[in-house]
Amino acid sequence: MSIERTGGLGGVHGLLGYATSPGSSSFTEFLAAAAPDLLPRGDGGGALVPHGTTIVAATFDGGVAMAGDRRATAGNLIAQRDIEKVFASDDYTLIGIAGAAGLAIEIVRLYQVELEHYEKIEGTQLTLDGKANRLATMIRGNLGQALQGLAVVPLFAGFDADAADAGGAGRIYSFDVAGGRYPEQYYHSVGSGSLFARGALKKLWRTDLDRAGVIRVVVESLYDAADDDSATGGPDLTRGIYPIVMLATAEGTSRVADDELDTVVRAILADRESRPGA
Amino acid sequence: MSMPFYASAEQIMRDRSEFARKGIARGRGVVVVTYADGVLFVAENASSALHKVSEIYDRIAFAGVGKYNEYENLRVAGIRLADLRGYSYDRRDVTARALANAYAQTLGTIFTEQQKPYEVEICVAEVGEGPEDDQLYRLSYDGTIVDEPNYLVMGGQVDALTTEVRRTFTPGLQLREALGVAVAALGSVGGTDGQPRSLPASQIEVAVLDRTRVKRRFKRIAGPALTELLPPQHGEPAAEPAPADTPPHDRENGEKPPSQN
Repeated sequence: MSIERTGGLGGVHGLLGYATSPGSSSFTEFLAAAAPDLLPRGDGGGALVPHGTTIVAATFDGGVAMAGDRRATAGNLIAQRDIEKVFASDDYTLIGIAGAAGLAIEIVRLYQVELEHYEKIEGTQLTLDGKANRLATMIRGNLGQALQGLAVVPLFAGFDADAADAGGAGRIYSFDVAGGRYPEQYYHSVGSGSLFARGALKKLWRTDLDRAGVIRVVVESLYDAADDDSATGGPDLTRGIYPIVMLATAEGTSRVADDELDTVVRAILADRESRPGA
Repeated sequence: MSMPFYASAEQIMRDRSEFARKGIARGRGVVVVTYADGVLFVAENASSALHKVSEIYDRIAFAGVGKYNEYENLRVAGIRLADLRGYSYDRRDVTARALANAYAQTLGTIFTEQQKPYEVEICVAEVGEGPEDDQLYRLSYDGTIVDEPNYLVMGGQVDALTTEVRRTFTPGLQLREALGVAVAALGSVGGTDGQPRSLPASQIEVAVLDRTRVKRRFKRIAGPALTELLPPQHGEPAAEPAPADTPPHDRENGEKPPSQN
């Protein structure tokens, strides 16, 4: 495809085609027809390409929190110390990704456009279940690459604006590489350190968590994951690199500031110092 | 053997223009004005579901008058083009200028190559970092593109509307004042015996591109928020709420559609 002439990047016939063909409200389907070479794809590379590692999510009173460590690994090497793996996919939803980092970030970018595109064309947002189903379809489309070692495993969470009770409106969905979609209760974790993070969440998570409580819980579970999984990075106080923590509530999505995380991390470290066996 | 029918190119173009202009003139107007914090769109439209004004991208919005299905097609095409451009390059690389050019070429192609021209007039607006960076483009049915500095008016009775806006508009108005200018202008036409009409919140569609917002600058203003911003009612209330679409060609303006029962 020549970008100058077609592909809709200003070409006359491109726009005319889009104007006269009804099409769907899905940006991914449109992209597949108009510029298929822009779809996320990779041709294998296995362990040599950077991989993102641990993502955790937990519900709390008023919404849901998601956190990810900052490490990307390529084989036995640390490829990046400050990668970002948790994103807001729209005003009320969060997406965190484990797996092949480059491909995963492309999929997140496409997914963000997909949700916004639908909203602009239809004049209304998809329901939370609709958004999760849409993501499952995109992950299923990536199955071929997954079998070549470029698996992308997202964790999806959001505030369900249609929920009867705003306090319990936080939702979490996990996915498998074949596009299976599973609603999770309370909390969930994906990635190489997820076994340890989930173990920690099992002991730390409570039904009555508030905003501060859930931030402490997700950061501490990532700390435990980094403790036992070499591919998960712990908080790096010397460089000022903290996990990414994001919240989805009735007010929308927000990222927890590093200053606040610094306080939380130092409190966890002080706590652990007093219990060296933990 | 029948003689081939001949019509001069001039005649064909004139007929098509007249047809498109007539179609557009049968609908109600849209007024787009710049104000201190961005660009304000006011459309006379009683439908809260079928919009005349819409978001295209972070800093870009669209307004259309004429045949609903035609400007809706253009709106969707614009969103597709903008999202594709933003996805391929970067969000900041999506500009109203490029979009307006694409629209102009599309409308021009349709006008010359298709049996029936689009009976639409559209506006593409972009809000900049400061008032001097705001851009308004007017695209006509034949692909004519005009870059308007402060305000633009489209739809039925456009001459009277433009005169009214030109008389009352000054640059740098606050939102409330700019809305007053636009609503008064829309109400100044179409009343019985030249009396101004009063347009309540339920009969107009209002949206802004507000440069003080982050990322997506487009916002609709409706319901109580709109009623609060509107000037106190004056003149006779508008009798006929304006639909989003223009009436069919075989029906004169104001003639009622056949009854459903």
